[in-house]
Amino acid sequence: MTAPESAGTPEPDAPVESPLPSGGTTHLADGEWHRLHPATPLLRGGLALVAIAGILIANLRERLVELLLPGFDWCRGDDCPDVPGGDPISYLIDEGYLLIGLAAALGVVLVIVAFFYVSWRMHTFRITDEVVEVRSGVLFRTHRKARLDRIQGVSINRPLFARIFGAAKLEVEVAGQDANVQLAYLGNALSDGLRADILRLASGARAAEAPAATPGSSGSLLDRRVAELLAPELDPNLAPPESVVRIPASRLIGSSALSVASVFVVLVIVATVIILVLGSAVAEGFYWTLFTLVPMAIGFGSYLVNRVIKFLRYSIAATPDGVRIGYGLLSIRNETLPPGRIHSVAVSQSLLWRPMDWWTIRVNRASRGSSTDGGQQAQQSTVVLPVGTRDDVFRVLGLLLPELVGDDGETGRDLFERGLVGRDRDDDFTTSPRRAAVLRWFSWRRNGFALLPGAVLQRRGAIWRELAIVPLPRVQSVAIEQGPLERALRLAGINVHTVAGPVATRLGALDASDAEGLFRDAAAASIAAAQADRTHRWREGEVGA
Amino acid sequence: MSTPQHDAPEVAPGRSIDPIPGEWQRVSPKFLVVELIGTAISGVVTVVGSGVAWFLSGLPGLIAVPIAMLVVHLLVAAFTPRRVRALGYQLRDDDLVFRRGIMFLRVVAVPYGRMQLVDINRGPLVRAFGLSELKLVTAAAASHITIPGLPEAEAEALRDRLVELAESRRAGL
Repeated sequence: MTAPESAGTPEPDAPVESPLPSGGTTHLADGEWHRLHPATPLLRGGLALVAIAGILIANLRERLVELLLPGFDWCRGDDCPDVPGGDPISYLIDEGYLLIGLAAALGVVLVIVAFFYVSWRMHTFRITDEVVEVRSGVLFRTHRKARLDRIQGVSINRPLFARIFGAAKLEVEVAGQDANVQLAYLGNALSDGLRADILRLASGARAAEAPAATPGSSGSLLDRRVAELLAPELDPNLAPPESVVRIPASRLIGSSALSVASVFVVLVIVATVIILVLGSAVAEGFYWTLFTLVPMAIGFGSYLVNRVIKFLRYSIAATPDGVRIGYGLLSIRNETLPPGRIHSVAVSQSLLWRPMDWWTIRVNRASRGSSTDGGQQAQQSTVVLPVGTRDDVFRVLGLLLPELVGDDGETGRDLFERGLVGRDRDDDFTTSPRRAAVLRWFSWRRNGFALLPGAVLQRRGAIWRELAIVPLPRVQSVAIEQGPLERALRLAGINVHTVAGPVATRLGALDASDAEGLFRDAAAASIAAAQADRTHRWREGEVGA
Repeated sequence: MSTPQHDAPEVAPGRSIDPIPGEWQRVSPKFLVVELIGTAISGVVTVVGSGVAWFLSGLPGLIAVPIAMLVVHLLVAAFTPRRVRALGYQLRDDDLVFRRGIMFLRVVAVPYGRMQLVDINRGPLVRAFGLSELKLVTAAAASHITIPGLPEAEAEALRDRLVELAESRRAGL
């Protein structure tokens, strides 16, 4: 494990050192092929290697004990397995094959090291003005190429194991399932610089000004590593502090406790206790029901702990190249979403959160996390604000949809306030007619939509409030639907299709002629918006932004 | 733009929505035959299958299953002409509009620039009648459109036209 010595330093033998054509913060985005962090194979196979070492040590522990404490006889008596064939090492010594055995072991180690070296040599990446490419594999070669103007986001993952070695995994997210381009692993400082370079190239901004040099790291390697581990998750120089939204730990814990899951758990506990009391009154031996609670308690506890740990250092902030979301205590992860990559936004509030005025924000995005990250992580990246006050909601909406919400937005906060908590028809919102109460018992006065110049707003739910915002340039198609019950009531539903995700974009039980009008207007407006949209090269034309 | 059109004609009670009035392109009448044959095959298989089960089991109550199957298939067959007539599409300036269904009516408008893929499928039965099925895919899974029962030549012409339109109006995601 010689990894730490070379961590954080630039690639030792990058093929060609060309001058920086586009003035990047790192020399990696110069259109030439580069290699990853030298410790990459170790980090990728990290846990497996540790496990193998553990198995070896466990199996050889008698031998090791004997080696360290020569007088100590591990096993006395007749049942000692000290016969040829019982212990391979004894066998080798007894038969005089010790040298051969050692040579074989050395050979295996050499082959593994050679394989690691070759796989590291063959794993190269290149970033040009147009594409990012990765070539990998020794026997089965893979060549993955992604166009920069199709980038949906750039994320940097730092699993705990890699963090110790000062390495990070950079992922260029493109649309589609498991279609991301991974650069695993890079040095910590390099990955941050490279992310900025990729986003700058993708933005279409030409010839940026000479960037500030990365702060020279001083002190010993250990000091640097400790400093990196203790550094705040979000670099304070990266974003203006007033744009940063954070979550206090108390709110995080409180919101988790007030979730549907915890109410369910409480209900189950109450039910079990009742059964227990009634059961023991009738017959003995009902106490076993208590044990059914154990797995559920463990599951719920780990859910709570996971959620709190994951979002304990959550932050969302505006950077020049998009919204940056970071979270994680041990394994940390941050994602940067350039403008125009959010396909729909839902702000929702459960009944339990209403007294505190807490809200959560989820988004639909075109890129789905890679399967290697596990489903949970892929799912988490759609949660943009786990829990926030109404002010937080507006700050985050201002970051996600700057052209709609915020100081320079075309519509005021008032309209979105009505979207969150309002009801009844007004100038902006068209709500369901009274006869829709058959289908929307409590929410018919609130259930409604607003078509803004840049987005469709759908508000629904009187008990579980939700406001869905679909930016018009992201609408893929529009549908109007009517079932038999709705036909009898002269109602219809509208579905504004966006890429799949947790945000529902269907609004039912609208007046049929209102729905027809929205269908026509939204279809026309989304075509116009898509043609005017320039976010795939979001800073094109700007020079040196 | 921000207010819905209140001056639009009120939708009469019980009448279906018709958001895009105009001439709808219909699918081939031969598609009705294909659908009826398909229903007949499925009807025979399920009715005979459940009938055999009733016969072998010797339970008199099980006779209800083949009868129910028969009734369901007859109902489906009775509604098939209307269902096929309800299928239609329009090529507008910037989008394709597709409608289907009588009981559960659905009208979808897909802008040409949003189409990611145009597929032509031919099943064995459909092919025997010289028909094709056209499938459109966008980045949103929910907006999938399948136009069944197009004559082969028409399907291919439509596909080429859609691809050409999509190319000229290419939009990002």
